[in-house]
Amino acid sequence: MSGKILVFIDQSKGQAIPASWELIGAAKVLEESFSGGIAAVVAGENSKEVAKAAFKYGAGEVYYCDDPALTEYRPEPYTDLVVKAARELEPELILFPTTTRGRELAAMAALDLKSGIMPDVIKLEIQDGRLIATRPVYAGKLLAKTYCDSSPQIISARSRAFTAPEMDDSKDGEPIRVAIEYSEDNIRTKVTGYSQAEVGVSLMDANVIVSGGRGVSNNPSLSPPGEMDDKQAEIWRAQQGFAMLEELAKVLGGALGASRAAVDAGYIPYEHQVGQTGKVVSPDLYIACGISGAIQHQAGMRTSKMIVAINKDPDAPIFKLARFGVVGDVYEIVPALTESFRKKLA
Amino acid sequence: MNIVVCIKQVPDSAAKVVAEGGKANWGEAPLVMNPWDEYAVETALLQQEQHGGQVTAISVGGPAATEALKSALAMGCSQAYLVSDPALSSADSQAIAHVLAGAIRKIAEVDLAVFGKQAIDSDMGVTAPQTARVLGWPVISLVSAVREIDTGKGNIVVERSVEDGRQIVEGRLPVVITVSKDIAEPRYPSFMGIRKAAKAEIPVWTLADLEVATPTPVVHWPEVENPPSQAISTEMISGEDPQEIADTLVDRILNEKVF
Repeated sequence: MSGKILVFIDQSKGQAIPASWELIGAAKVLEESFSGGIAAVVAGENSKEVAKAAFKYGAGEVYYCDDPALTEYRPEPYTDLVVKAARELEPELILFPTTTRGRELAAMAALDLKSGIMPDVIKLEIQDGRLIATRPVYAGKLLAKTYCDSSPQIISARSRAFTAPEMDDSKDGEPIRVAIEYSEDNIRTKVTGYSQAEVGVSLMDANVIVSGGRGVSNNPSLSPPGEMDDKQAEIWRAQQGFAMLEELAKVLGGALGASRAAVDAGYIPYEHQVGQTGKVVSPDLYIACGISGAIQHQAGMRTSKMIVAINKDPDAPIFKLARFGVVGDVYEIVPALTESFRKKLA
Repeated sequence: MNIVVCIKQVPDSAAKVVAEGGKANWGEAPLVMNPWDEYAVETALLQQEQHGGQVTAISVGGPAATEALKSALAMGCSQAYLVSDPALSSADSQAIAHVLAGAIRKIAEVDLAVFGKQAIDSDMGVTAPQTARVLGWPVISLVSAVREIDTGKGNIVVERSVEDGRQIVEGRLPVVITVSKDIAEPRYPSFMGIRKAAKAEIPVWTLADLEVATPTPVVHWPEVENPPSQAISTEMISGEDPQEIADTLVDRILNEKVF
């Protein structure tokens, strides 16, 4: 293996997704085996600024395309750009972040380049001259070792699985603008609207996640306002509970998660769900509040570096995963925890 | 409208899966329709109810996968086909995409192909975009709402989620979509549906039937293994009152310097 590594820098509205820089970290570790250097490609409006930053993270050559067809993300023209770059640069390995965009672009590029995709990889190593990619399967209950015997090998890397290099301000370079020839008539989709997600830390990138389960609705001391039926009152109580958890998350600079039970009960939107049918996360600290720890939930958070569980039920399975556990009422412990962190982190 | 929904049979999400001899073993756990695909079937049925036409469920797998297709029939799909061929035993996602594209072409005049987000066994999440690419159709993934389909004009308008927000996307049919969980709650099979499904004979297509060449896999999975067991010694924190518990807990957490 002597070829180049090409890295796709995912960006939105002129901001690189942090996982993109982690790819350069992964590429640097492999540089001894892939000696052709690290190239990066960025697409979209104002992508030139992001392209310049790629040099500071260690890319040797950087390409960008700010064609208007790429202003709003659509998989087809984005794939065409990546495929064009791959055909010209002839990399042996292409890395994407496992974002919604990165995963599908990797998949489509693999098809166009008549090669193969290994998505959501957490570990890369060279064994007997071959690149082995480890990826969680069965929601992390197992790890699969996979490899691709055609070129380029195409991989999407899971957020936080690799370490981003330190930014080096002394490094600079001039990114090269790439053109794509596109007529809107050839693109069969149009983005006619966009709304920004609620501002907050993304679960996938968060260092700390505070998560709540069904137990969060059990605060009898709260009296719901006005005329509410039992179900409305339950949801209202749960929302007060999640607001309390969010306060703790804010103090820790973290994100708010939830169990499937809490999402299904209508307490909190699906975007927050952690678990087998939600997001699989791996923060440094995961605080599970009122979550019993069903196997499907464990599948989404068990690789967190440290798990802390607060639950009324001393037999809750979540305690088996936890480094620290508290048997107690979430409504008493969490506000005290928030206060304590606020003081000690100040 | 002619809709295809692509489903996969997987071990139940509650299964305890362990690696044995490099292979996944899920014990006695039942094989079910991939939970994400239930949302795809629901989406397809809702569109059929609004626009007429039929919903065809297809799956690639061994003979046992007919059970997953029967679940789709029980929910209300009009017909189902299984693609099964010994040559697919070590197929990679690229191969599966060619096979599904072949099946969609054979069904002919398909307006919409619906997929779940990903299968909960291999967790790849790439089959829909790859199938779209083989077909030369656009793909719109993680659709959270179908706003409108105009079969006369051949248009579809959907909402889709990306990390940083929500896009409204307009596309020209035929398209491939994948759906997220917030699109609609999957229905339970009806008694009529279950009876119909029990009696249904599900046709099996081989690669030859689809006129798809035997694929050469390029991605290989020589083995799966159990994740390294983390020896966790759980420490329970107690104290006189919540504040004391919280203070102790915070000290202990900060001591370990994980974040």
